[in-house]
Amino acid sequence: MLLITCPWCGARDETEFHCGGEAHIVRPEQPDQLDDAAWADYLFMRGNPKGRYAERWVHSAGCRRWFNVIRDTTSHRILAVYKAGEPAPDLAEPSS
Amino acid sequence: MKRFSFWSVARNALSSHTHWPRQWRSPEPRPAYDVIIVGGGGHGLATAYYLAKEHGITNVAVLEKGWLGGGNTARNTTIVRSNYLWDESAALYEHSLKLWEGLSRDLNYNVMFSQRGVMNLCHTLGDVRASRRRSEANRLNGVDSEWLEPADIKKICPILNLSPSLRYPVMGATFQPRGGVARHDAVAWGFARAADARGVDIIQNCEVTGLRREGGRIIGVDTTRGPIDAKKVGIVAAGHSSVLAEMAGIRLPIQSHPLQALVSEPIKPVLDTVIMSSAIHVYLSQSDKGELVIGAGADGYNSYAQRGSFHVIEEQMAALCELFPTLGRLRMLRSWGGIVDICPDASPIIGKMPVDGLYLNGGWGTGGFKATPGSGWVFAWTIAKDAPHPINAPFTLDRFTTGALIAEHGAAAVAH
Repeated sequence: MLLITCPWCGARDETEFHCGGEAHIVRPEQPDQLDDAAWADYLFMRGNPKGRYAERWVHSAGCRRWFNVIRDTTSHRILAVYKAGEPAPDLAEPSS
Repeated sequence: MKRFSFWSVARNALSSHTHWPRQWRSPEPRPAYDVIIVGGGGHGLATAYYLAKEHGITNVAVLEKGWLGGGNTARNTTIVRSNYLWDESAALYEHSLKLWEGLSRDLNYNVMFSQRGVMNLCHTLGDVRASRRRSEANRLNGVDSEWLEPADIKKICPILNLSPSLRYPVMGATFQPRGGVARHDAVAWGFARAADARGVDIIQNCEVTGLRREGGRIIGVDTTRGPIDAKKVGIVAAGHSSVLAEMAGIRLPIQSHPLQALVSEPIKPVLDTVIMSSAIHVYLSQSDKGELVIGAGADGYNSYAQRGSFHVIEEQMAALCELFPTLGRLRMLRSWGGIVDICPDASPIIGKMPVDGLYLNGGWGTGGFKATPGSGWVFAWTIAKDAPHPINAPFTLDRFTTGALIAEHGAAAVAH
């Protein structure tokens, strides 16, 4: 089970949260001007790295706010937590 | 390959079964092959077998980074069924089920396929409506399916709690009598043995680290045991589909999640069918050894760690105790996780990739085991003819661009 530090509420059990998938996917400003491939890329195509992954979580059984997490998908270790809208922190150190 | 028969088994019994030859060779990789299959699980080995058997292509290598069938082939709950909603899926899974029905004889290897029936329980009115619709769709597609009222369920599975006082009472079920279970390891071993006998090289402890391309065409792979040339490469790597595709610069709509399962201590026979509940979420069958094999839901986050979070199996156990109070004091022996590659529409991607000579069979998500022979059969066709078979033609990567999705979240049965 993960221990996730909500930027507003502090460290809580994973059961209070839901994972919302890859972070930093920006909805295109003018979808009607995209071709099908670009729309499919926004809608369906996702990174699925073995290693560091920036993902969204929501504190559903707490403050109900969304935030971002950088987590290693091979060790489940959480490397950074930051608020929605903030840029991903630059993590220079190796993750493991 | 030394064939198994009554006489060969009897003759070897005289020497206490110490003189059987190895079931497959362990060759050094050759410098080049016509076809390389990346991934030595059930689907990859089945692909190699049908390439040799159906298409006469025997200059084939199966590269496996670990040991045969050590990934999801060893980690599933062994359930086989074909009761999917849409015509495309019904054709694919039913083709596979028909292959299962003759598989032990075809491979000369007992995969212990047991058609004990698969029952999908309904707990809400919405559940009942969706399931009855799916059941009728199945019958129109020639897939056997019956609707069971609670009284019918009681006759098939007396230990199931059918009390109306449950939080989510059992309101009925669909039943596919031709569904059942098979011995997962035997499926990998049987396909490996039969493919090897036809000349396929099975190379274990050989991880693919790169896909070599030249002018938009695949020319080979880099591995931990050196580069190997190939005219065609098929990726059948389950949870690692995205990792392999990325080596060729291809982005997939797939996300890799842990899917957990566990087994109980062995007990006397109490369950002679497969029970699945997708609404309150548990599914189980009893193995020939007497252990109950129990599946959970997929964890919500991406992972390659082959383990999940404890609260997922806690919820699964709660559902088990609710549905089977008689199992409430059963002890669990072990639990594990596998990494499943989930597509947005809960259907697989089987077909050509944007790089010439590169093919992908993945995205089976939480339910690939049941499709093992059919998946290998259509993928072998696709590789041999450089074009999909009509059965897998709808299951392209392109469907996420055209919008022709094949949404099977209801039939997939595992919540994700």
